[in-house]
Amino acid sequence: MINKIISVVCAAILVVSSLSGCSQDLDGTLKRGDVLTVFNYGEYLEPEMLELFTRETGIEVKYEEASTPEEMYTKYKSGGISYDVLCTSDYMVQRLIEEGEAQKIDFSLMPNAANIGQRFWDMTKAFDPNNSYALPYFWGTIGILYDTTKVKGPVDSWDVLFNGDYAGDIIMQDSMRDTFMITLKYLKYSLNTDDEYEIREAGDVLKKQKPDVQAYLVDEARDEVVAGNAAMAVVYSGEAYLGKEFNPDLEYVIPKEGSNLWIDSWIITKNCTNTDAAMKFLDFLCRKDVAQADFEYIYYSTPNEAVIESMDEDLKNNPAVMPTDESLENCEVCTQFDPKVTELYYDLWKEIKAL
Amino acid sequence: MLRYTVRMSRLKGKDMNRKKGRLLAIPYIIWIAGFTIIPLIFILVKAVTDVNGSLTSANLFAIFDPLHRKALLMSLSVAFFSTLICILIAYPASIILRTSRITNKSIILFILILPMWMNFVLRIFAVQLLISNNGVLNYILTAVNLPPLKIINTPWAILLGMVYDYLPYMMLPVLNSVLSIPEDVIEAAQDLGSNRFRVLTHIIFPLSLGGIGSGIIMVFVPSMTEFVIANILGGGKIQLLGNIIEQEFTVTMDWNLGSGLSVSLMAFVLITSMIFGRNNEDTAAGISL
Repeated sequence: MINKIISVVCAAILVVSSLSGCSQDLDGTLKRGDVLTVFNYGEYLEPEMLELFTRETGIEVKYEEASTPEEMYTKYKSGGISYDVLCTSDYMVQRLIEEGEAQKIDFSLMPNAANIGQRFWDMTKAFDPNNSYALPYFWGTIGILYDTTKVKGPVDSWDVLFNGDYAGDIIMQDSMRDTFMITLKYLKYSLNTDDEYEIREAGDVLKKQKPDVQAYLVDEARDEVVAGNAAMAVVYSGEAYLGKEFNPDLEYVIPKEGSNLWIDSWIITKNCTNTDAAMKFLDFLCRKDVAQADFEYIYYSTPNEAVIESMDEDLKNNPAVMPTDESLENCEVCTQFDPKVTELYYDLWKEIKAL
Repeated sequence: MLRYTVRMSRLKGKDMNRKKGRLLAIPYIIWIAGFTIIPLIFILVKAVTDVNGSLTSANLFAIFDPLHRKALLMSLSVAFFSTLICILIAYPASIILRTSRITNKSIILFILILPMWMNFVLRIFAVQLLISNNGVLNYILTAVNLPPLKIINTPWAILLGMVYDYLPYMMLPVLNSVLSIPEDVIEAAQDLGSNRFRVLTHIIFPLSLGGIGSGIIMVFVPSMTEFVIANILGGGKIQLLGNIIEQEFTVTMDWNLGSGLSVSLMAFVLITSMIFGRNNEDTAAGISL
């Protein structure tokens, strides 16, 4: 008896869940037209701009968020929601383009795309060689945020993290790729190297450095320096800008050996049937007032020259917001590895963390 | 004949009631099946296969790999010491409470449970603020000219966090078993000439072993599998087995290895539960005798 009931209930659950799956698919294809599904990082767009877009164009926006490129990729690939446009990081954009998930965009049809400076289109070529898929949205660097009251002299090299002078006062990123990138740069290698010897050398340097590291953190890295618990931390440029707002003693530097230059870009997915609406949305994001509002909400570096021009001198000279051309000279955009190299990275990262 | 039918119908009624009772268990069964049994099967299957789906035992024994051995030892020692410290705090406190003149013991109990009303991650963040390099504790220490204490991001910080978090789980069963020892038994021992120390070692201690046993399980098991406390108070520098399993699932995406490690960890947990769980039953029987 009880077994029968269980099987009936299970069957009912199965039927209901498969039905709801169907209706969702129907919704997805039938209601399309004036609805655009947008996928973005969390807190990466001024929410009022979405309302403004709907008011101006009548196109309704369904907004979805994720926190890491990997999470985005998994959600996108699982196909639960059919995303029309999405914004993700350089190497993930590259992966999506290579897997045929992105649609070519004719940027000449978007009048506001001209606001994006040529130098940023050139940066984007690292992962989209013909500038035919990706629209630059925000960009930035990884560098050292340090407390000037705790550090002797200005910091200009990754060396301060590895020479033992600030043992116990250093915060590193608890993120495999970022931590390896800066170490490879310190050793004067390319951060996209797939040479096993070079990668292993970086791993050895990190193992040797571990006793000097106070903690490996992600989001709290900035806060620890702001609170004065550590002398320096490896952070993203946007974090550095905010950190300085909280504590004026802090400075941000892109070390002279170079660093990672990252670009987040928008792409239109191959599932998007209403490319017109998608183009309108991307064009809208490039418009000066909209880009300005987004910039003031996020404070990462914007590729929108119209916004850059209207910035005041303080912002323009802030290396966390507008890095100088010299400091970017040795910076590289990171690209996707092949699985064998990724495997090596995983092994070395585990060894470092297990130490 | 009439009597017989009445009895039969009564029996039938009882039978029906039992069936209805069983129906009530359905939500529980669905819950257990959906959230415990099915996921457990997935983990077991993943644990004994490799990426290509062929059978292997490598994931199960990976726990003894040199790469994981340090984390295993760290997990075991942190769990052992946090359990030990919890006993050392909870047991004397329970004895003192038993002998104290406070009549309303439920207030004491209430105060003990109070911290559990707050989210435990939140409490660990509070501990982090207290013991960080520029935290409240070091502020006080330097104010009275003492050297600052650098325990954040060390195993000691993790130990402190665990003791702080799990102490109520040791305190409650131990206090309960100490308070429930009948006064008559102790008076009888005293009548027969036992001094206070003998009463403690020969009467109170054996009779409260059951509470200690369940306290050990409730502290040792979660601290063995813990990873959040290690993340927050260890600064990503100190890895427990829980952290390695978490990393296998979220960073390196090796779900087979993660499942294998989880299953071997479950084996460790089962062994401790069996050792202390049996102890538990013995003393329960002792009390009823």
